[in-house]
Amino acid sequence: MLLNIKDLHVSINGKEILKGVNLEINKGEVHAIMGPNGTGKSTLAAIVAGKDGYDISQGEITFNGKSIMDMAPEVRAQEGIFLGFQYPVEIPGVSITNFMRTSLNEIRKYHGQEPLSAGEFLKKMSEKQKLVEITSKLKNRSVNEGFSGGEKKKNEIFQMAMLEPQLAILDETDSGLDIDALRIVANGVNKLKTNDNATIVITHYQRLLDYIVPDYVHILFDGKIVMTGGKELALELEEKGYEWIKEKVNG
Amino acid sequence: MAKDEQKILDDITSSDYKYGFITDIETEYAPIGLNEDTVRFISAKKKEPEWLLEFRLKAFKRWQGMEQPDWAHLKIPPIDFQDIIYYAAPKKKKELESLDQVDPELLDTFNKLGISLEEQKKLSGVAVDAVIDSVSVKTTFSDTLAKLGIVFMSFSEAVLQHPDLIKKYLGKAVPSGDNFFSTLNDAVFSDGSFCYIPKGVRCPVELSTYFRINAANTGQFERTLIIADEGAYVSYLEGCTAPQRDENQLHAAVVEILTMKDAEVKYSTVQNWYPGNKEGKGGIFNFVTKRGICKGDHSKISWTQVETGSAITWKYPSCVLAGDNSIGEFYSVAVTNNYQQADTGSKMIHLGKNTKSTIISKGISAGKSHNSYRGLVKMTKNATNSRNFSQCDSLLLGDRCGAHTFPYIEGQNSSSVIEHEATTSKISEDQLFYCQQRGISQDSAVGLIVNGYAKEVLKQLPMEFAVEAQKLLSISLEGSVG
Repeated sequence: MLLNIKDLHVSINGKEILKGVNLEINKGEVHAIMGPNGTGKSTLAAIVAGKDGYDISQGEITFNGKSIMDMAPEVRAQEGIFLGFQYPVEIPGVSITNFMRTSLNEIRKYHGQEPLSAGEFLKKMSEKQKLVEITSKLKNRSVNEGFSGGEKKKNEIFQMAMLEPQLAILDETDSGLDIDALRIVANGVNKLKTNDNATIVITHYQRLLDYIVPDYVHILFDGKIVMTGGKELALELEEKGYEWIKEKVNG
Repeated sequence: MAKDEQKILDDITSSDYKYGFITDIETEYAPIGLNEDTVRFISAKKKEPEWLLEFRLKAFKRWQGMEQPDWAHLKIPPIDFQDIIYYAAPKKKKELESLDQVDPELLDTFNKLGISLEEQKKLSGVAVDAVIDSVSVKTTFSDTLAKLGIVFMSFSEAVLQHPDLIKKYLGKAVPSGDNFFSTLNDAVFSDGSFCYIPKGVRCPVELSTYFRINAANTGQFERTLIIADEGAYVSYLEGCTAPQRDENQLHAAVVEILTMKDAEVKYSTVQNWYPGNKEGKGGIFNFVTKRGICKGDHSKISWTQVETGSAITWKYPSCVLAGDNSIGEFYSVAVTNNYQQADTGSKMIHLGKNTKSTIISKGISAGKSHNSYRGLVKMTKNATNSRNFSQCDSLLLGDRCGAHTFPYIEGQNSSSVIEHEATTSKISEDQLFYCQQRGISQDSAVGLIVNGYAKEVLKQLPMEFAVEAQKLLSISLEGSVG
């Protein structure tokens, strides 16, 4: 098992957001997590990535059999966890090249590997750029500075391609994308799929799942995963709406 | 008879008193304190000509009538000027056997800065392997310069070998009496660099104090004078990234630059004097006067500084743009952490027509420090069609530090353009988390972000300095977040 979340309870400022989440992700799988706004989807992603400011009152998260609860965010990343942010932040003055090079080499160092030479690195960059159809002009720009929404999301997938994580959590990767950008992003994610890695796709809309076909669909509702099914579940949800879930849970 | 005897006795005793002091010339240190005799002592030690002694004495008299200024945004503990030794003979550093005997914290910093092992040994006073013949390196270097007619030596040596040049240019950029600390320097300056580039010569290498033959412990009152004659060019580097301790707390240096027609001087500084400990105790006071006069038409002076050290930094490298079409530039990154304080910036005085100046100042405050930018842009009546662009940015790390800006603008003609932009920002937690999520530790992330912020200034530095400066910025801010 790649990722195992057991009975996770999380609060922010005294308010409980996750009320006992259980989730098992194995290698080679694509999982989708859907649910209404405010239900805790992004919180779940942030907790796995190791963001500060949350109170974990109960539960356990293991990655490749190791507990990651006490690991700093950078160590979790070095272990192979990647988060595609919903709102990627801008870092002025730091070029994507410099940023990626630092990131890649820190991860390599963690695994006892030598840093990539400048030549090897640039080669890798142009290779992965093609995957998300990024023009070379983009890479000299500062990280996300002045990027459109679509460019920011493509940049997230580009970074994912560069870092080759074992577990990628994509938080609303499709929000703000037009149909062409959506296709490019989904294409990129699909190309990166292997039998050794896994992807969690967090989304509101069924549309993305036409392109990134999930093995499992989970519905996160009121802080818990209340339903799990195959890809048809997403279609049923789109048809019937969240009221249907509410009734099923309460009734 | 008794009266005569008394007179003779008096003469003898008083003359003993008058000269006894100076015959102690063989001692290593001037007696502690500052009076006219101290000034004479210093001048005699250096075997200076009469006119230079006069220069010092006049300055000393003037200084005695001046008061320490208190308008800066700085809290300066009272300085006892009588509790300072104003002259120390250049002494050989105590030689250590190996790097094992050096303070491990110092070695740690050297390693982080990427300083080679050989260099580390040199910097900490460990005997250098005979394999590296630094003397021959220096000799080859000075031969190259000599062939081009370039004069580059210690200020004290230049006084003896090129007194005419010193006499002509000393005090022209920073006149005696300019300010309290520069006037003190005029009286008691120890040593520094002298550089003269003859007409039409482009100095082929970056000059730095490392290559100055017989670089002595310049101590606390450094004096540097750089002259670029018509059409000449030189790039000069001051300081080093390696942390510098000094038994003397007060540093009041003076740097003067003069450029003739079509000449250019690029002066870069990386300053990392001991900043005091985390509780704000100790640390160097760096009160410096740096000024360049673009005397000739179409000449250019640019100042680039990376200031990360000192407990208190107080300096305004400035340009007087006298020649028409002359250009002045000031690029600065000033970092303050823990309890450090800085009040720094530049003065661009436009006298000639069509003159241009640029000020780019990046302040970074962390810990409980205070960082102030203070600048003056002055367009005089005759400086028609002139232009200034100033940008001062402040970056705050944490919520206990302060960033302050005091811009002064004086426009005395209506055809000149003065632009001023300012930003204040902080490193957001989101930016840090984004970096961490990509496997970059928090300290590395701060380094990355801060270097991105300071990029515009760092790229002005000569390359090796730039690489060291980037590492230095990261190290100065380690542990400042979280």
